[in-house]
Amino acid sequence: MSVLLAQGVEVTAGEAWTFWLLAPIAVIGALGMVLARNAVHSALWLVLTMLALGVFYVVQSAPFLGLVQVVVYTGAIMMLFLFVLMLVGRDAADSLIETLRGQRAAAVLVGGGLAALLATGTYRWLEGTPAAGLAEANAEHGGNTEGLANLLFSRWVLGFELTGALLIVAALGALMLTHIVREPGERLSQPEQMRARFAPGNYPAPKPGPGVFATSSSNTTPAKLPDGTASPRSISPILPIRELTAAEAADKETER
Amino acid sequence: MPGPEHYVALSALLFTIGAVGVLVRRNAIVLFMCIELMLNAANLALVTFARLHGDLNGQVMAFFVMVVAAAEVVVGLAIIMLIFRTRRSASVDDSNLLKY
Repeated sequence: MSVLLAQGVEVTAGEAWTFWLLAPIAVIGALGMVLARNAVHSALWLVLTMLALGVFYVVQSAPFLGLVQVVVYTGAIMMLFLFVLMLVGRDAADSLIETLRGQRAAAVLVGGGLAALLATGTYRWLEGTPAAGLAEANAEHGGNTEGLANLLFSRWVLGFELTGALLIVAALGALMLTHIVREPGERLSQPEQMRARFAPGNYPAPKPGPGVFATSSSNTTPAKLPDGTASPRSISPILPIRELTAAEAADKETER
Repeated sequence: MPGPEHYVALSALLFTIGAVGVLVRRNAIVLFMCIELMLNAANLALVTFARLHGDLNGQVMAFFVMVVAAAEVVVGLAIIMLIFRTRRSASVDDSNLLKY
């Protein structure tokens, strides 16, 4: 430990607490995302994982990336996911039928093996390696954000410009893909709607509400015309028309 | 005390969970979220390596990954919307017209 401290590594007790508290939460969020049947629940589990990762960035002396993680990932990208989920796949639960037989079990098996190999391999490779720490690099230009800006606008300025172009192209592409072209004349104009309403054979006034002049205010009761017959225009066509017989309509003497 | 090895191991774990999710799930949007998880795991590894080497370039890489992920999500979700509009389904198993 004294060797690590001499190397300037900033692993404190607070960071240890943060890690051992949030690492299981991040893993639980990831597992919950994969296992949740409902896609909206998946998105919310992923938000949990991303928030935990944002805290890890801040702890690892990357406060700018931590804030970008919260604002861009959980704030913008995941909310975009939720918007699209509400429009598209909200009720689409995954089918339990496998297209390839045994694919899920094989995937879990291979994934478990890969996780064990990767995690133990990197753990053993890096175990005990002293971290140089970013205190010096961050302090060089007065802070983490300033240091990142210095790199972005000098060494990586071409990549920065290219990602800017990429974002514009992506926004235009999304607009082009989701745009619906409406032919002129596809939708009736207001004068056309008005002429159709007053055309001969059409009744221009509002339809009678259900239950008007009737003994009940239920919307399954037809409106009565002034001559006492039921108005067919007040009845939904999907409802079967049924008149009570005299015996059914008679007083059952249930109230005394 | 958590050192870089713990963070990288966690990152490997999250990456594999995302990869298994891509293999197991059928809903195209959930697949996309699994890919986002894999990108995030890679970002965690990049930030850890930046701290390990005392070099801010790793954080710049993570920043670029975030920007590209944002662009990718926008276009990907637009494509999913387009497929849903024509096929009324967000399941990747239903898009099999090119198979025959």
